[in-house]
Parts: sequence; structure tokens; C-alpha cells
Amino acid sequence: MSGPATIFDKPRDYIGKSIPRSDAARLLRGQGRYVDDMQLPRMVHAVFLRSPYAHAKINSIDVSEATQAAGVIAVYTGKDIAKHVEPYIGVLSHLPGLRSPAQYPLAVDVARWQGEPVAVVVCTSRALGEDALELINISYEQLPAVTDTLDALSSESPLIHNEYDSNLAWKREVEAGNLEEAFAKEDVIIVEKQIKFGRHTGVTLETRATICDYIPGDDELIMYYAGQAPHMLQFILAKHMNMLEENVRVVAHDVGGSFGIKVHTYGDEIATAIIAKLLRRPVKFTADRLESFVTDIHARDHVVDAKIGVRKDGSIVGMGFNDFTGIGPFSMYPRTSAIECNQILNLTGAPYQFEHYHAVGNVVFQNKTLMCQYRAVGHPIAMAISDCMLEEAARAIGMDPVQIRRKNLIPDDAYPTKSATGMRFDDLSHHACLDKLLTIMDYDALLADQAENRDNGIYRGIGFVSLVEVTNPSPMFYGIGGAPIASQDGATVRLDAAGALHVSSSVTEQGQGTNAILQQIAADVFGVAMARVKVTTGDTATVPYGGGTWASRGAGIGGEAMLLASHALKEQVLDVAAVILQAKPDELDIAYGEVVMKDTGEQKISLGDLAKIVYYRGNELPDDLQPELIATRHYRVTDFPFVFTNGAMAAHVEVDTNTGFIKILHFWAVEDCGRVINPQLVDDQIRGGVVQGIGGALYEECVYDTDGQMQNATMADYLVPMASEMPEITVAHVETYTKTSVLGAKGAGEAGTGGAPAALMNAVNNALAPLDCGMWQMPMTPERVLRALGKIG
Amino acid sequence: MTKTAQIAVTVNGEKYVEDVPVRMNLADFLRTKLGLTGTHVGCEHGVCGACTLFLDGVTARSCLTLAVQADGAQITTIEGYETVKNASDLIKNFHNRNALQCGYCTAGMLATSIEYIEQGNPADREKVKEHISGNYCRCTGYQAIVDAICTTIEERQG
Repeated sequence: MSGPATIFDKPRDYIGKSIPRSDAARLLRGQGRYVDDMQLPRMVHAVFLRSPYAHAKINSIDVSEATQAAGVIAVYTGKDIAKHVEPYIGVLSHLPGLRSPAQYPLAVDVARWQGEPVAVVVCTSRALGEDALELINISYEQLPAVTDTLDALSSESPLIHNEYDSNLAWKREVEAGNLEEAFAKEDVIIVEKQIKFGRHTGVTLETRATICDYIPGDDELIMYYAGQAPHMLQFILAKHMNMLEENVRVVAHDVGGSFGIKVHTYGDEIATAIIAKLLRRPVKFTADRLESFVTDIHARDHVVDAKIGVRKDGSIVGMGFNDFTGIGPFSMYPRTSAIECNQILNLTGAPYQFEHYHAVGNVVFQNKTLMCQYRAVGHPIAMAISDCMLEEAARAIGMDPVQIRRKNLIPDDAYPTKSATGMRFDDLSHHACLDKLLTIMDYDALLADQAENRDNGIYRGIGFVSLVEVTNPSPMFYGIGGAPIASQDGATVRLDAAGALHVSSSVTEQGQGTNAILQQIAADVFGVAMARVKVTTGDTATVPYGGGTWASRGAGIGGEAMLLASHALKEQVLDVAAVILQAKPDELDIAYGEVVMKDTGEQKISLGDLAKIVYYRGNELPDDLQPELIATRHYRVTDFPFVFTNGAMAAHVEVDTNTGFIKILHFWAVEDCGRVINPQLVDDQIRGGVVQGIGGALYEECVYDTDGQMQNATMADYLVPMASEMPEITVAHVETYTKTSVLGAKGAGEAGTGGAPAALMNAVNNALAPLDCGMWQMPMTPERVLRALGKIG
Repeated sequence: MTKTAQIAVTVNGEKYVEDVPVRMNLADFLRTKLGLTGTHVGCEHGVCGACTLFLDGVTARSCLTLAVQADGAQITTIEGYETVKNASDLIKNFHNRNALQCGYCTAGMLATSIEYIEQGNPADREKVKEHISGNYCRCTGYQAIVDAICTTIEERQG
């Protein structure tokens, strides 16, 4: 019998092939099922009044007039909602020292960011509800807003939480070797820079939305959820609304983009659930775009003082940095707002061999929208610190950026190994990826083009990044710290009476193609046509328990569970078939919906016929045979805290020194995500990720004034990448299977976003090098480029 | 503020007579009154392009169009692109090329693509990119969308 380990000894029918995903057919005909598409009987709308101030004491709220307005069912203040909820605190025990006060869904006495909900109108329509908001009378007393991350730590700064002695939420220091001593040596060339990373956000095209329904007879709360982690939210709703967990059902159908934005606990969504329970009827909340900009989690927002030391031969002696990151007034629940900083401390320099490291992270409260995990958490900062400093060091010693990487990248035959920061690596391929990258981009031709154009006053630059990506996380990521976030996932595979497979999984779909690759794996491993596999995800009432989508884990963990379950069911079916056919199970196989002889391929019985015997005519089976045509398996990573992937990317840009505009001429990405289950889906994940990375590097920034007012909270003012600005992106792969699973797949969803910013900053600095200036702030806007060039003050 | 008016529209070949609040936009009308939820709203101020559809044969932002403005109009939405707009090939190419991920921008992206193709424009990647630059897609990075549009034009040209 062929066990799971030998599955890949022979060519596969579906795994590894670019098969269009079946979900897309529905979406292309306008038949998506997004939350806001749903209207339930007696459904009403929750419409939130939000603080116009970044920091203000709420002296009083008068809702009497609003309560009388047309269509209004009820009006609740923060205090009203607080009576029905246990507050939540965004800390984790494995981030010792992290502090954040108890948070309620709506502000109670003090509003701490512009956009924090302070009251809610429940109304028969959204439009009437918005009318009624204008009738709520709130007496605010404005308090000084703390906006600048560095100023927030000064002893002169106003405090955001009076119970704390400062605005510091968390601090961690990581040290390996002795950086200060190593840098004091004569032969070490030290380069120092301050690098700034702007605040940006996810801008999912579908805004956050929820419909909550309460069925009193069952004491059941159903939340229709545009999100990534249904089981996590089930736990949170039950805990904070004091309900039995089994009486909370969370259902995610189609989700219009998530990127990490939709994996957190938002007060307006919790309040919607509370209101549904209070009113005993369905309540819908759909954020409008302004609400999205000021309440969806923001990301990045770092000021980093970085240094690198190299010898004349290019070898890295060590790296050090001090990171200051602003997270808004609370640490987000339950994942916390310290994970990004923690990742930066852990991942900076991860592709390279060096001995000395000293990194400090400071996580700081401010009166801005909460910051938390968004696609490629911490990666763009970590990769930019190490790779932009490395290329700056290469310039300082007159070395080619490729040569300095070859000198320092961990050799491909060195695994398993550990980084200076203690990260454990296996199955990586930095050199192979760099080699492939240089081939597909034709580096030598680009260098010749660069030289020729410089003579004509055209400044083109080539920039690289070598990166790692944290994927397939184990319980070491969240579970160890007490978060209700599963790192294991389950898959159930059931043969129905028609010979088709019904599969369900606890990982979730937001457009990346999760359902498609689950279908591919199940069909392939079990032996039916893909068209005969129906996939269910996203419903806590029906799918096995698991973590959902985050940290690029769907394919690697959810896919492995599906492989194991499909294989288990195949063995169960062959045991039944062997009895029916009077053969031995190991003489049989399943192919295209038929039980066949393994050696000849001769068809013996169809799965439909077999299932009908089991389900309808059990009398034909021996009494001692109790067939099971359903199998469930779970999988978690046990060998490593995370399964790292790696890659190499390059950007080719042209900087217009008159206007400051940066045009990306081409982008290349070579990614090693282990076994590629569906090349087209993976390539487009990489491309989409790269484009989000381009957004953060060149365009996207939540601009705040000193009063904590976001200045560009509209789609017209907040720039996201548009088609005309986007380069062609060439994607290639090196496949080093992870030994942690049979499938061998690692994650691929975040590498593009994690790597592209560093490659772009390097390309711009490569272009500007002959002009003796550089760009060390993202987004690299035309204004900032012109300032770097000294053309404007 | 709840003044209503009666409008008559033809959507994907079907006639409707409905009372609508005068301040209701066309997207909300299609979605909530007619149950045609394929049209999506992304920004509600005409920037993201998700709500784009055909109003009397030309593309329009249904979030910036009041339902009452569409009185008497012929409207085609994503639900009608196969049948009314004969865009099965474009839809097939979007599918085969993975030119959508979450699917939220897709209705508007298809409308803008159909318009580009119907106007007899060439399979020129730069021109296609410029034409679809009023439609935001947050997932794909656009390359697959450009591929799908160009393939459709090339196939139609035989």
C-alpha cells in the first residue's frame, strides 16, 4: 500500500497544475455572497457615531432627540454597550511586559482616536440612521493628542492612559555576540541611517461588514462575517458576551479581500452582535469607506535607527537597530500590536550569516487608529533594514550588491541552521533563488543600460532583496501566549452516494484560491475528477476546528490536513472495495472515480456503485464490516516554530530627477514556497503581494496632522496602486519542499509585500547614487525624492 | 428626508417599476430593491470603480448616479454581461487567467473591459492599463486582468 510519504513518487493529476479555480465562475457572474449582499427578515442597521477628535473626554451624551427620529429602533452609548460585554485586553503572555488597558467596543469616558465609536443608532435603514446620528448631542472636552511616536516617549508628553507612567506599551531587546565591541575594531566599516516607514492600511475593496442574528429559543448567536478566522471570533464572541461557545456560530461566505485587516476584533462588530442579542433580531453593520480608513487597523509606522558593519571584503560583522513603532491607543485584541515589532527583531538579517546583533524595539501608544498585523507583518521593515543597509554598505566599500549578497547569504547546503537571533531554518535556497533571479532579469544587460542612460542624464536603478517569509506557524506564534487562535487545522472528506467528495476545512477563502487548492489536493490524492469535489469552508457549525487564514498557512497546514484526510478516506474505501471485490486492499487503487486494479488499471467498481452498496444495500456486506466513508485529519507543524520560505526579488526603476516621480520599469520575483500546488494561483499571489509592497513603498500613507486628524481618509486622497503605474512582474520558482509535511508546501501569500519595498528602496538609491543622495523614507513620494535631491526645501 | 419617486428601468432586459427614496443611489437600488447584488460599492464617491455598470450603453458609476436619474434607462449589470453584452469570452478569459481573486472589483472591471473592447481598441498592454486605471483591484496586481483583456481582443480578431 502506498502511504502518504510515497504519494509524490508518481506524477500527480492535479497537484502542481495551473487549473482555474472553480469559485471564480460564480464571482464572474455577479453571484458572490458577500455579507452586505444579504438581507434577512426584520433586519435593521447599526450606524455608528465616531469621535471627531483624536483624544477627548466625553462629558455627556444626549440621545433623546435621536431616539425619536424616523426609523430609529434604539440608540446606545458606549456606557450602554459596556454593560453587556466583558472588556478585552490585547496582551499575550509570550510577549512579557506588553501592556494595554481594558478596551470596550465603544469609547466609554474618553475617546482615544479619531474614528473610535462612541454611540450607535439602530435604524430601519442606513440612510435614516445617518440622519439620526446628527441628532446625538455629545459634550466633548478635547485633550491633547499624542501623535508623534518619538515625542510620545518624552517625559513631557501627555499620557494616553493615566494608569501608566509613560506611553510605552512594550520594549524588547535582542542581543547576540557583542555588536559594540565588534564595531569598535579598526577593519570594520560602519554605515548608519535612519529609515522611516509610513503608516498605511489594507484598503480591502469590500469594507468590513457583519450581520448578527440572535435566535432566543436556541440562545444562538449567528454572525455572518467578512473575515479570516471564524473559530477565533466564535471564541471571542462567546467569552465577551458570556455565551456558550457552541451557541455562537460564525459564517464567512465570500470575502472581498482581507490581507490581515479582517482577522482582528473590532468594537463596532462586537457591538453589532450585542445589539442583535438585545433586540432579538438581525442587525447589519457595513463600514463606509471613511469608517474603513479610520477604524480598519493600520500598519507599519516605524522610525528605525539602523547600522551595519562590514569588512572590506564585504563580509557582514553585525547589524543593530532601534525601532520605534506607533500602535494607536490600544494593543489590538487578541493578536496584539507588538507582533510586528517582534517579527522585526527576529527577522532582520535572517538571510545572512553574521555574528553580532543588537536590536531594540519600542512599541508606543499614540492617538491614532490602532496598528496591527497586515500582510507580511514586520517583513517589509525587517527586509528593508537588512537589505537597504547592506546595499548602502556595498556602496561604501565599492562592491556590487549581488557580490555582497553572495558573500553573506547562508549557503544552500548549510541547513538546518540558526540565525544570529536564534531563528531555526531548514530547506531554504537563497543562492539558488539569487542565481535564478539574475538569469531571468539579465542583470548584465540592465547594468549596461544603466550606464548608457546615465550618460544621457537618465537615472535608472536596480535594487535587490533576499528575503525570508514566516509561514506555516506552529502554536509558538499565538497559542503559546494564550490567544484563542488555533495553529492546527482540520479537514473532513466524505464520499456521498453519487460517488462525489464533500470536503470541508477550517482554513478560509478570501480570493487567494484556498478552496481551489483544497479541491485539487482532495481530488488528486483520493482519485476523483476535480469537478466531483465540493468544498465547504468558513462555517464554524460545519467545518473542523482550526485557525483560518493568517501567516500564509492555508496551503501548508490546511492543505496537508486535506492530503492526510483524503488519503485516509482512500484507504477506508479500498478496505470496503476489497471485501466487495474479494481482493486485497493493496492490489487496488482509485482513479477518476473508479476503483481499479493497481497493476493493470482495470476498472472494477465505480465509487458511486460502491457508495450505494454501503449506504442503501448494506445487506450485501458482511455483518462484521462497518464501512466509514468519511475521514477527518488534523495537522500542525511540530518540528519548527515556523516554516520559513525564502526568495530573491529585483526592481528596475527610473527616477525623474526633475519631477521626483519614480517609474517602475520591471519587477522580478523568485520564490521558494516549497511544493507549488497551483502555479498560476501562486504566481498571482506573488504579483498581488508585490503590488501591495509597491503601494507601501511609493504611494500609500495615512497622513495625520498634529491633532491626530487623518488628512486623506478617502480613496481619492489615499493613493493605492493603479494599473497604469504597475510594472509587469515576472515570477519564477525554486522548489525546496519542506520536510515538515508530506505535501511539502510552504506559504506564498506575503513574500511579495515583504520583499518589494526593500528592492524598490534599493533600486531608487542605486539610481540616485551618482547624485550623492539617497531615499530613506517610505513612501518614496515625488516630494520626498525632490527633497532628497535638494531641489526643494 | 424620505421623499420617494417612482421610476421605470430596464435592467438586463427585464422591466421594473419601483418606488425609491429620491436620495438612493443606483447601486443601492439595484442591490437592495432588485436583489442584483453583483454590483458592488467600494468607495461611494466614484473613485474605485467597483460599482461601474452600463447606463444606456455607456459606463457609469452607479454610486454617483441617483436611482431617479436612471428613470427610463436601459441598465446592464454583471448579471447580464454574458447574455446582453455577449461577453462570455471575456468572462472565460478572466476565469482562465485568474484575473480576479476576491471578486469584489470584478463587476466594474468587466464593465470597463467590455467598454474598451467594444470601442475597438487594440490589444496594447499600455493602453489597456491606462483604460482600466479608474478601477482599483487590490488583489491581482492587474497583470492577469491585462492578459485576459488582450487575449479576448486577440481571439476576437482571430
